Amino acid sequence: MIRTKKITPWLYITPAIFLLFFFLVYPSINTLYVSFFNYNSEIFMGIKNYLYCFTNEIMLNSFRNNALWVILFVPLTVSLGLVIAVLADRVKYESIAKSIIFMPMAISFVGAGVIWKFVYAYRPASAAQTGILNAIRSFFQLEPLPWLIIRPWLNNFCLIMVGVWIWTGFCMVILSANYKGIPRELLEAARVDGATEFKIFWKIILPLMKPTLAVVATTMTINVLKVFDIVYVMTNGNFNTEVVANRMYKEMFIFRNYGRASAIAVILLMLIIPMIIINIQRFREQEAIR
Amino acid sequence: MLKKISFVILVLLLIGMLTSSVFAASNTLTILGVWTGAEAEAFQKMMAPFEAETGIKIEFTGTRDLPAILTTQVEAGNPPDVSALPNPGQMVEFAKAGKLVDLSTFMDMDVLQSDYSSTWLDLGTYKGKFCGVFISADLKSLVWYSPKAFAAGGYTIPTTWEEMIALSDKMVADGKTPWAIGFESGAASGWAGTDWIEDIMLRTVEPEVYDLWVSHGISWLDDRVQRAFELFGQIALNEKYVYGGTNAELTINFGDSPDALFTSPPNAYMHRQATFIKSFILDHFPNLVPGEDFDFFPFPPIDSQYGIPALGAADLFAMFNDTPEARAFMEYIVSPEAQEIWVAETGKLSANKRVNPTAYPDDLTRKGAKILSEASTFRFDGSDLMPSAVGAGSFWTGILDYVSGIPLMNVLMTIETTALDAYRK
Amino acid sequence: MIKKLISMFSHGPLHLVIIMVAFIWILPSVGLLITSFRSSADVAASGWWTVFEHPFNFTRYTLENYQEVILKIGIGKAFLNTLLITIPATIIPILIASFAAYAFAWMEFPGRRLLFVILVGLLVVPLQMTLIPVLRIFNKLGIAGTFPGIWLAHTGYGLPLIIYLLYNFISGLPSELFDSSSIDGATPFQIFTRMVIPLSLPALASVTIFQFLWVWNDLLVALVYLGGTPDVAPLTVRISALVGSYGQDWELLTAAAFVSMALPLVLFLGLQRYFVKGILAGSVKG
Repeated sequence: MIRTKKITPWLYITPAIFLLFFFLVYPSINTLYVSFFNYNSEIFMGIKNYLYCFTNEIMLNSFRNNALWVILFVPLTVSLGLVIAVLADRVKYESIAKSIIFMPMAISFVGAGVIWKFVYAYRPASAAQTGILNAIRSFFQLEPLPWLIIRPWLNNFCLIMVGVWIWTGFCMVILSANYKGIPRELLEAARVDGATEFKIFWKIILPLMKPTLAVVATTMTINVLKVFDIVYVMTNGNFNTEVVANRMYKEMFIFRNYGRASAIAVILLMLIIPMIIINIQRFREQEAIR
Repeated sequence: MLKKISFVILVLLLIGMLTSSVFAASNTLTILGVWTGAEAEAFQKMMAPFEAETGIKIEFTGTRDLPAILTTQVEAGNPPDVSALPNPGQMVEFAKAGKLVDLSTFMDMDVLQSDYSSTWLDLGTYKGKFCGVFISADLKSLVWYSPKAFAAGGYTIPTTWEEMIALSDKMVADGKTPWAIGFESGAASGWAGTDWIEDIMLRTVEPEVYDLWVSHGISWLDDRVQRAFELFGQIALNEKYVYGGTNAELTINFGDSPDALFTSPPNAYMHRQATFIKSFILDHFPNLVPGEDFDFFPFPPIDSQYGIPALGAADLFAMFNDTPEARAFMEYIVSPEAQEIWVAETGKLSANKRVNPTAYPDDLTRKGAKILSEASTFRFDGSDLMPSAVGAGSFWTGILDYVSGIPLMNVLMTIETTALDAYRK
Repeated sequence: MIKKLISMFSHGPLHLVIIMVAFIWILPSVGLLITSFRSSADVAASGWWTVFEHPFNFTRYTLENYQEVILKIGIGKAFLNTLLITIPATIIPILIASFAAYAFAWMEFPGRRLLFVILVGLLVVPLQMTLIPVLRIFNKLGIAGTFPGIWLAHTGYGLPLIIYLLYNFISGLPSELFDSSSIDGATPFQIFTRMVIPLSLPALASVTIFQFLWVWNDLLVALVYLGGTPDVAPLTVRISALVGSYGQDWELLTAAAFVSMALPLVLFLGLQRYFVKGILAGSVKG
């Protein structure tokens, strides 16, 4: 900690706090309030909107799907991002390799929707396939599969893959920045002592990167809770692929039921509590080291 | 470094402030529309004479995200002066909330009554207030086919549902596939199937019962609704009838599905879709000639007493701010002059009776206009009139679920549950 | 020689993994790139990889999609608008966030932990729920439809994640750095500009890229706070309006995706030089 006058920290954080309050805190309070009212915020409903969320079949289905997203999406993006960040560091074409992994982040979502259309497209077995996955299947004399409608596992898995394709680049960039910051002397010393690369990775690199891994994992989990556009564009939640945030968008803008949309948003806020607890522990640890 | 950055910021801030402080001049008109691409260009063409004559500057935003943008702007208190609405159902919702201007306060209703059929005026009226004007329509009750392919197979155009089924069977017996169907449409997947159900409903019940169904006066579990789904299933669930079977139906985009009619040899022979599908066909097969290489016949009657009804959707404008510019605009778009430009560019069918048929781009469009005007009954696309939780929600999903093999009663039960909830609101 | 061979063999799996992943990752984009040079009739009839059967049959390629995109979009104005939105909406939040992250990491003040909890919580607030209340206030302030309005909006929405990421990095800087500087009599602001900012360049570079991308690719925030008239509309808004109302002509999106992707990729390559090894190691010694 550095010593400052009492007022100094506030000078540094006030602009941020002001903007956060205006754009996020105040609207959230508004959301919480609205969530206890009916569709046009005129009649008080108590917790009816929440009861709906926890009893409606499609909502329950979305909770399950979001859980599936967390289980698959978070580990896949974080571990792939880590592997690429560490491995690409050792090759001459690092910059190209990283740009390729990063590229999906630069493609607008409209573009990504078109891209994946050409991956999962389905044409009857007798016709020429226009989707690459089915083209590969037909090359091996297999029947084409309608990837996005085989419920409930295959289609959800296909959507999660789109997410992994987009977000691995994010994890890679953050983790790479962190990895580059590890003092090279440390790794060299271990190598001189005869440690294998694998051991260095597990015993030195990984523990040093733990805080950043936690940050990236938190960000990805939050991403899953908010995941919306992938599902909206590709299946719109049909065939049991609904997710919570897409449901919220529909209730808000298509069905125009503000009460329900707000209740779903509040539930999303509640779902983040475990992540907050993990981060608080990290916050404490970080301070204890000093 | 910091100095450089702060300099860049300062310059940008200045440019940004300067360019955006040019506040809307007094005689501008903000319009929000669903039109993009070719339709947006057509809209600009329709507006050009208006802008030239009145000196009003139109600020038009065309976006397919209109529901989200309009909802937000209206709730936040700065709606556009005039907006196109995706459907009459939304008009009713905004009218109910008191957001729309009653147009009869300034429009010449006598002229409107002579220019428009009462159907359009009634659809634009909510509780005695005239809130919406229609400028054009798409006719939905059409079956597209290739006259050449029909001639080659020795097939004739069916004039009843039985004949259509018999024709389908004949094609199957000839080793062919009669139907090309595709329901995929991104976030709106399933809508193309709701048109089937609506067309079938119109042909199997009185128009009044159709209206009851739309307003949830009869349950989704009603025998008549069930029968409509079953008749639809007779074609849509028959793996031999549909090119690629139900898997293709669920995954092929509605715009790509008519392609099957124009392969050689044809993969399919018939495709039920609205007038606008012409632009997709011509986009994928630029060399085809409308009327020669592809044509349509009216979706045939099922129970003969109901004749050949027409199902359609239409483009609707409503006014949110009562300004002189907005008034001038509303008066302009209901005029035949405006609509003649619009239908010539888009190939849509005009709502105004005084529009000269020569304005249509081709004979095929004129034929569509004739079917529309001669129809025994006209009804608006039902899903567009239902509350969106059903009409843009469970009805769409229900079609997909039904085609993917979920038992009919379960499908209808799900729709009925959401309907009970949505209509109460 | 033998040593080189051994190293090649032992590095074989390394190259294999990287190249495999890169191949899988680039494949869909290659499909998009090839599709953007094909006519819509061809796209509907066959897969993009079929061009490899006769890769030099140039009659099967067309520049039409690009021509139409560039012609219709009013590309100069749209590009300028995008830059006018994106550059301030990237720099302002990063500036504000780095001050805040520094204070969170190295200054003591009451309510620090509580504010941090709220910050993490705010990460999950869905942007869609904030539009109506914020736009209402924007209207009262008269900044709806202006560039400063959208800069503020992107700043507000981007701040939680940027602060969160920067906090993680800045709090991980070695504490000796701060002790020694304090003893030298440097003010907190001097420590910030002379030590923290230079040492955080890799982190700053990465958040810059991401904030830039989000603003660059944003459609909803621009439509809501700025509107879609050609005077102010950014690329994304114009691109999404290219496709016909019924979804026809969607093949234009393939070309549009590459047009709009070019600059962010250049930025990424340009910022690569900030991802350098051992930036910390050297500084502590010095």
